[in-house]
Amino acid sequence: MSAVTADSATQDHGHGANAGHGQTTNTGVSNTKLAVWAFLSSEALFFGSFISTYLLYRGRDTNFAAAGLIPEAYNPQDLFNIEFTSATSFILLMSSLTMVLALAALQRDDHRRFRIWIASTALFGLTFIAGQVYEFTEFYREGLQLGSGTFGGSFYVMTGLHGAHVTVGIFWLLSLYQRSLQGKLGSEKSEAVEVAGLYWHFVDIVWIVIFTVVYLVPYHK
Amino acid sequence: MTTLDPSSVLAQRQQRLARPTKATGWTSWLTTVDHKKIAILYGSTAMVFMVLGGVEALLIRLQLWRPNGTVLTAATYNQLFTMHGTTMVFLVGMPMAVAFGNYLLPLMIGARDVAFPRINMLGYWIFLLGGVFLYSSFFLGGAPNGGWFGYAPLTSMPMARGFLPSHGADFWAIGLIMLGIGSVTSAVNFIVTTLNMRAPGMTLLRMPVFVWMIFIIAMLTLFALPPVTAALIQVYMDRNFGTHFFDAAAGGDPLLYQHLFWLFGHPEVYILILPGMGIVSEILPVFSRKPLFGARVVVMSGIAIGFVGWGVWVHHMFATGVGPATTTGFGIATMAIAVPTGVKIFNWLGTVWGGAVRLTTAMLYSLGFIAMFTLGGLSGVMHSIVPSNGQQHDTYFVVAHFHYVLFGGLIFAIFGGFYYWWPKVFGHFLSEKMGKVGFWLLFVGFNLTFFPMHIVGLQGMPRRTYTYGTGHGWELMNQLETVGGFIIALAVLVFIVNVVASRKRNDLAGADPWDGRTLEWSIPSPVPVYNFLEVPEVHAFDDFWHRKYTEDEEGRLVRLPSGGSDAGEHPEGEHSDGSHIHLPSPSYWPLVFAFGLPMSGYGFVFKNWWLVGVGVAVLMFGLTAWLVEPDTAQDDHS
Repeated sequence: MSAVTADSATQDHGHGANAGHGQTTNTGVSNTKLAVWAFLSSEALFFGSFISTYLLYRGRDTNFAAAGLIPEAYNPQDLFNIEFTSATSFILLMSSLTMVLALAALQRDDHRRFRIWIASTALFGLTFIAGQVYEFTEFYREGLQLGSGTFGGSFYVMTGLHGAHVTVGIFWLLSLYQRSLQGKLGSEKSEAVEVAGLYWHFVDIVWIVIFTVVYLVPYHK
Repeated sequence: MTTLDPSSVLAQRQQRLARPTKATGWTSWLTTVDHKKIAILYGSTAMVFMVLGGVEALLIRLQLWRPNGTVLTAATYNQLFTMHGTTMVFLVGMPMAVAFGNYLLPLMIGARDVAFPRINMLGYWIFLLGGVFLYSSFFLGGAPNGGWFGYAPLTSMPMARGFLPSHGADFWAIGLIMLGIGSVTSAVNFIVTTLNMRAPGMTLLRMPVFVWMIFIIAMLTLFALPPVTAALIQVYMDRNFGTHFFDAAAGGDPLLYQHLFWLFGHPEVYILILPGMGIVSEILPVFSRKPLFGARVVVMSGIAIGFVGWGVWVHHMFATGVGPATTTGFGIATMAIAVPTGVKIFNWLGTVWGGAVRLTTAMLYSLGFIAMFTLGGLSGVMHSIVPSNGQQHDTYFVVAHFHYVLFGGLIFAIFGGFYYWWPKVFGHFLSEKMGKVGFWLLFVGFNLTFFPMHIVGLQGMPRRTYTYGTGHGWELMNQLETVGGFIIALAVLVFIVNVVASRKRNDLAGADPWDGRTLEWSIPSPVPVYNFLEVPEVHAFDDFWHRKYTEDEEGRLVRLPSGGSDAGEHPEGEHSDGSHIHLPSPSYWPLVFAFGLPMSGYGFVFKNWWLVGVGVAVLMFGLTAWLVEPDTAQDDHS
């Protein structure tokens, strides 16, 4: 049942209330990190629900239009610019690398490099968002609206919510950059960067799934 | 990127804006981060919502007193049954579990607070403001009226196309998303607290059963809320932005909504009942003077319910024509989940069997729980039989079933828990005499209300319908149900009078009035702000009991001479008042943060994007101030 035994736990008698700051916990994982893991597992089901919705409706509009059930349908493959989206996706994935480099830099007290890497991560994220804004604008010009069959809604809402998560992540990264500039982010507080990294990597992984499901797997008919 | 730094400005301002320090008085309740005070806030607020939901139920019963009733219009009836269900699930059942969990979880595992005291307070504010937000809809064009389950496309059609011509469904979708955020924060808090903050020696299998049940529902909450949140976002988008998630005419699939909703909705049933099972698992052993029979099996059964609970949701959808293979699979899973539930019932019976039973009010409620929950469980297994399910679907038989489980189960356990832990929380007993009167009133009223529903249900009386015609032979049963409903109201009134009268009488209880078994009874009543003067060392399941009693060669209980309560027996020292213990300081920011949610919520309902912006700004302001504020005021200069 549990490899976790409380025998290893020496709860600080003075500070029972919050073991988030380097104090020993039963599991050996800090409260903050455990909470972020729990939160991300919840987020996984959130995105899972939207991805399932997308999979359910994937290609349905084209089939329904062919059968005369709905008047017209957008073929996703005519809209997508795979080269462009692949490029922004690659940039987003590279931001995970710079995130790791930022954490490593902070852990060895190299604050200058930490700031370079954390700013790069935010910048890469921002590039991805700029790409998404451009893509949405293009699709909208070509006529794909929220109300365009089931594809319009399931595409925009899922990728839009992912974009919102990336945007929150960018603000989080910038706040870390700011704290470092103020000299309030020493290597002893590297966990603050680590949990931001957990969130950032999670959002990247979700994008890998969305990119595969939406752009890479071919649409039939 | 940014030249202006909001956090440093805030930090400076904060030094001028004094941190809240008051520990007493009404303002202290706005900023407290003490898990015990937060628990009392949760419990009392949920009690107010219980009365509101109860009044809605009584109005429903008055309308159904006779055929072709004219007390309510169909439109009002729809709002009332929707709000009754929504209130009882989201504003009574879940917060009551959080109330008990908040108070007891840290005490039972020997901790001084939960892992995240300020997030704990945030969860409460979201619950309160989310509830007020939902209820404000009554004054803003009409309350939610599509049922607590809010089936699409009924709820998801745009207002202009007129299935539900009010903002009710928007209030419902946005309100539940908000409450969901609150529930997930408290779930994360409970999970981390249980895994990380146990006292030395408190291994997972030495944890009290109640702690286990709270841990399991926290896991269920964490994974059950996201699918329904996604579904609610889709409903909102369909209503307001012309998407076609659930619009069959445009290719959408209404069944998707039902899957997403019940993928949440069925685990939700266990989120509601498992805390009740935890509560009676604490009460029965104490008043039987026996350890919980097969305590580990009870825990394992709870875990089994937690897992199998994910594989039964389609039994809410057997009538939709999902196909024989699907219905068979989910029917079998539904039968299977009755097994761990049945195991628990035998565990409880085995605990009481041969015990030195004391029929206190708490014990009466727990025994009532076993009986009523068993009846509800039996009618539940009947639903797993697919053909029979089709016959019972959407009739009062289903209403009878889930009230036996959730009222006869959860609400009985909650009242039992009140009588059992009241002395610990407030230091004085509730009157046992009034308690027993209240119990019997509730027991009789409950059965009178809900048992006849089985009969009219099998006779075909449909639920969610505002009236019924003459000539069905349903008049007498419905009148009995209405009389029963008012007896329930009387029982709740007796409880409220008991609370007030007992407070006045102030019959002091002492630290360990029931000869308890778990750690919360080892400390004074009411519990001091720091909980444990010394963090306890745990050596066994029911550790506090083993500190008081041992067994002689023939297995009889022998009281240890030095055993008993630690309360007041601490060695006199300079720190015996607990003043050396650093506790997290109160904070304004959870309240500020939480206020941002309903503000943007109203913006979303009325499509006022300025208001959404202001709400998000308030939220961001609260969050930023929160993040630059240290946990404890003492750390300010470190």
